[in-house]
Amino acid sequence: MQRRQSSKTPKQPLQVHYKNQTDLSAWRKGGRIDPEKSVQNHQSPKDQKNYSKQESLELALSYFEKVQDRVSLKKDNVLQKHLTTVESIALQRGLPPEGFEILLNVALSGKLADTVNTHLLKILIPASVIPETAVVSSVSWLCVSKCSGNTQLLFLRWLITVFDFIDHKEQLHALYGFFFSFLQDEKMCPYVCHLLYLLTRKESVKPFRIRRLLDLQTKMGMQPHLQALLSVYKLFCPELVTITLPGKMKTYFKNSEGPWKAAINTVRRRNQANSPVSQPLFLGTAQPKSRKRKWSTQLIIPASSTNRNYLEEDRKKNRVDLYSTNESFPVEQLQTFSQLLQNIHHLEFPSQMGSVLTSPLLLHYMNCIKDESIYLRLYYWMGQTLQEECTWCVADNNQYEEEFKNFLETVYKTECFLQEGFPSCEEFLCKSLPLWDGFCCRSQILRLVSWIPLSSFSEMKSHICDPLAQLFFTSSLYFKCSVLESLKELLQNWLNWHVIHLDSESDSQVHSLNTTLSGLVNVVAELIHFVGWISTVALRLENNHTFLLYFILDFYETVCDMYLRYNLPLLIMPPAGVFYPVLLSMDSVSLNQLCYIMYRYRTNLVAAKENELSKKKILQFKFSSQTYQEYNQYIIAMVGCLWTSSAFQKDIHPQGLRMDDELLKKTKVQEFKNSFNIVYHPAMMGYAVLFMQQAWPDDTTFNFSLIKGKKWNWYLEYLYAQGLKGLKVFIESSINRVSQASHSKA
Amino acid sequence: ARRGAAQGSVPVMESADGAARTMPSIGRLSRGPPFGRAQGRFGLSPSGRLLPPTPRSQENADPQRTAFLLCKQWTLYSVTPLYGFSNAHLRDYARLLSAFIAAEKQKGLAVEVGVELDIKVAVSSLPDLKGSDQDQAAILVQLSLRSPASPKTSEEKLIWSGWFCCVSGDDLSENVPEDFTCLPLFLANGAESYTSIVGSWFQKTFDCCFRRLAISPLNLSWMAAMWTGCKVDKTASAMELVFSVPCLPQPLDISYAIHPEDAKALWDTVQKTPGEITQEEVDVFMDCLYSHFHRHFKIHLSATKLVKVSTAIASAHCDGIIKFLQSQYLTGVLMLLTELAISQIQ
Repeated sequence: MQRRQSSKTPKQPLQVHYKNQTDLSAWRKGGRIDPEKSVQNHQSPKDQKNYSKQESLELALSYFEKVQDRVSLKKDNVLQKHLTTVESIALQRGLPPEGFEILLNVALSGKLADTVNTHLLKILIPASVIPETAVVSSVSWLCVSKCSGNTQLLFLRWLITVFDFIDHKEQLHALYGFFFSFLQDEKMCPYVCHLLYLLTRKESVKPFRIRRLLDLQTKMGMQPHLQALLSVYKLFCPELVTITLPGKMKTYFKNSEGPWKAAINTVRRRNQANSPVSQPLFLGTAQPKSRKRKWSTQLIIPASSTNRNYLEEDRKKNRVDLYSTNESFPVEQLQTFSQLLQNIHHLEFPSQMGSVLTSPLLLHYMNCIKDESIYLRLYYWMGQTLQEECTWCVADNNQYEEEFKNFLETVYKTECFLQEGFPSCEEFLCKSLPLWDGFCCRSQILRLVSWIPLSSFSEMKSHICDPLAQLFFTSSLYFKCSVLESLKELLQNWLNWHVIHLDSESDSQVHSLNTTLSGLVNVVAELIHFVGWISTVALRLENNHTFLLYFILDFYETVCDMYLRYNLPLLIMPPAGVFYPVLLSMDSVSLNQLCYIMYRYRTNLVAAKENELSKKKILQFKFSSQTYQEYNQYIIAMVGCLWTSSAFQKDIHPQGLRMDDELLKKTKVQEFKNSFNIVYHPAMMGYAVLFMQQAWPDDTTFNFSLIKGKKWNWYLEYLYAQGLKGLKVFIESSINRVSQASHSKA
Repeated sequence: ARRGAAQGSVPVMESADGAARTMPSIGRLSRGPPFGRAQGRFGLSPSGRLLPPTPRSQENADPQRTAFLLCKQWTLYSVTPLYGFSNAHLRDYARLLSAFIAAEKQKGLAVEVGVELDIKVAVSSLPDLKGSDQDQAAILVQLSLRSPASPKTSEEKLIWSGWFCCVSGDDLSENVPEDFTCLPLFLANGAESYTSIVGSWFQKTFDCCFRRLAISPLNLSWMAAMWTGCKVDKTASAMELVFSVPCLPQPLDISYAIHPEDAKALWDTVQKTPGEITQEEVDVFMDCLYSHFHRHFKIHLSATKLVKVSTAIASAHCDGIIKFLQSQYLTGVLMLLTELAISQIQ
């Protein structure tokens, strides 16, 4: 809340506003205080005009300062003139701080006619800040009631509107009792309540005041302004008073912004100042109930409200008096990041931890507090809520799918924000995935899967992977792609976690089985093998659909780079059931992606080998020779296919392309040898055709064998220019062009 | 996984547990739940249970003090551990709760805390209802109406009561930090509207969650078997099982009453180890009852749903409603219910 903040650091708004240099002292010096402004002023043709304006304002102010008797507006042209001056300047640029005391004194002393007083009050638009002293002296005028009731009301409304412009509030707080006494005036009561609402601090709440307010409540019945003030009292001292606000209520205070709000905004826009923005009410106690349900329903995320551990606090106070000044900052008032920073030392978590889900500020706070109970409270709440509200686990819940969806969405966003999965979510997934139809809240559920913590995955693998695989095999192509996508994110989240914890791990003595490096490597390997398995099956089921290939390769784009990008000593090649369908796919995008992936595998494996050789000491983890062997088999197959046209002879992978010449001859395909090289490959032939149209525009026979020698190189350049960057890095890294030069004719 | 402790071995178990409890639990790496995860985590029932030990009430508790809990219908809830709850502040809680109830009932009107209100709230402790020494003392909340006619007289009408308890809930209480109080089972008797107000106040004040605790047919059959084996002094009422037939246009319930001595005789032939029950024994017992029923009525009860079990010990309904009938078996029944409540919140 602004008012507390500014009272704690009264200097800050001033500093800000001096920069904007609209106060009188700066005017007097011709704006020389601010070099930037002074340059502007010198350049501005309005400079002279400004100067005269400022002079006339000074004149007007000194007139109002000295004005003695009741001067009639109609008869006195001087008064009329000065009033007009003040008004035009106020509406245009706002009034300087010095002006307020003078003008308020005049308006509230009753020296002038009521219309003049009203007029004066209506044009009290601050340019920057309002000095507290001005407000204090006007309150003393209020107490002697020299002015009319209407003027008093207008003054209160003005005070409420400009409350956040007052530079200090300490003395104003000292006048709390005076304001409180105005409550008995029936007309003033609503506005006084609003003002007290803005002024109230914990120490203002006293039993005798509560009793007075309750008496008023008995006398006047349910009044929104009293309700609002009482709820602030409850906020600060729940051990003294309590109130439940009716749900429908929207506005608690009469609109007191009156004629000023628009003018203030205009002035602010013109001065481009960061003027204080009045804070919204924080009466968040009444929650919108979207449906009538059983009371223990958890789905409504609780409103953020101060922890009620006051009894505990009292006890501590009695024991150690030192802490009694240590007042905690109510979370209801936490609105801005700067407030969070200023109050972080005496901030308390809300009474219901669930409310952090809707408050990014509290999530920030949560992120830097290492307190087990916070997580435990959240764990219980979220676990119960997820189970109770799950639309497919609990009968009769299915009409609330939309709400549940939103809730899951919120939980997921929070996980992303904290970069951490909630244990309650993973338990929920374990319990509910076996019952899930794969349809309800699909994207939300799959997103939650991506945040399952690594540490518990192996334990839960059967609870998560088995039902997921079942759904995967029996659901649509799009479902398959979504599952692969979320498993890729899961892998990335783990790898990120690993990179971040790599440093902190070494100094921490705590190693649970699954968070040691070998545990981690095993779990990651398990996930990758799982994805390899479901991908192989899915490709068969979906006839090597391009869309599916894209998602599978996307996953392997992360896998192939784990050693270098994430510092994880693990590389796993895709299974043959994935590799060969891509190698022989009809689609150049997949082939290009495969080339890129193989290039990254190579880079990673070479780096690992170099590390292995350079380091004298035995590394804890070495890639198994099987990985190198698999890579070599694949690379032979790939080069054989795309480049040397010898795949059918040279492929040595047990599930590879090796075929007898006899068998190949039976296919009656002519020149079967080169049918998968970069010219004839079904994914590449389109490029070859286009290339030939450009290279031999008159030739219509499409004699691909012309692409050889120098033309072969041109063709390669052509392919690279077409965006096949993966192919480029692959060929440049994995094919020795010098020795291959003779093969290029093949 | 056999759990619980036979009466004779309690002291030994407790000292062992005590030693285990002094070990710091902060060594966990993740911010996950601190419980052991292996057991009952995914709603699996234990394969065996120990019979409710002979009630402690004989040793140190006066059955009169818990007599008011008998012969009333209690609606069951599970409650996650209460955060920041302290036994030292029960009076303050009563004052605050009473003001909260008044404020809830007259929405929009503020209520001063501490003044005398129409509904009086008493919060007290029931130290008798415990299984092990680690269990928190049960907490009783009672709402009574002050008679408006004669406010001076102490005549108050009890309108609602509810109690939190934990009987042998070591699984849970051993594993939560100090600022949490484990009272996982909540039982309420009275208008739902009061349950809702009291429950919301506890939820807001101690950041806990209430959930209705339904009893699965499997657990009902456990109760049927366990309670059949219990000795009751006076001539006991019949054991009654109520089954509901699913998938019918009109609801159809089948009530199956068995003479308690017949049931006991059957159970004695099924149970092998005294003081201990396994899932297999429960299944055999129920199957015997089913086949007997089938022989007479040609109805397969195994195809229906067990919804209610009544014995001389207690009666339980699958919706999560229980009635205790024997004070000496009160803690025994509560122990089973505590276990069910804990498995629902973990």
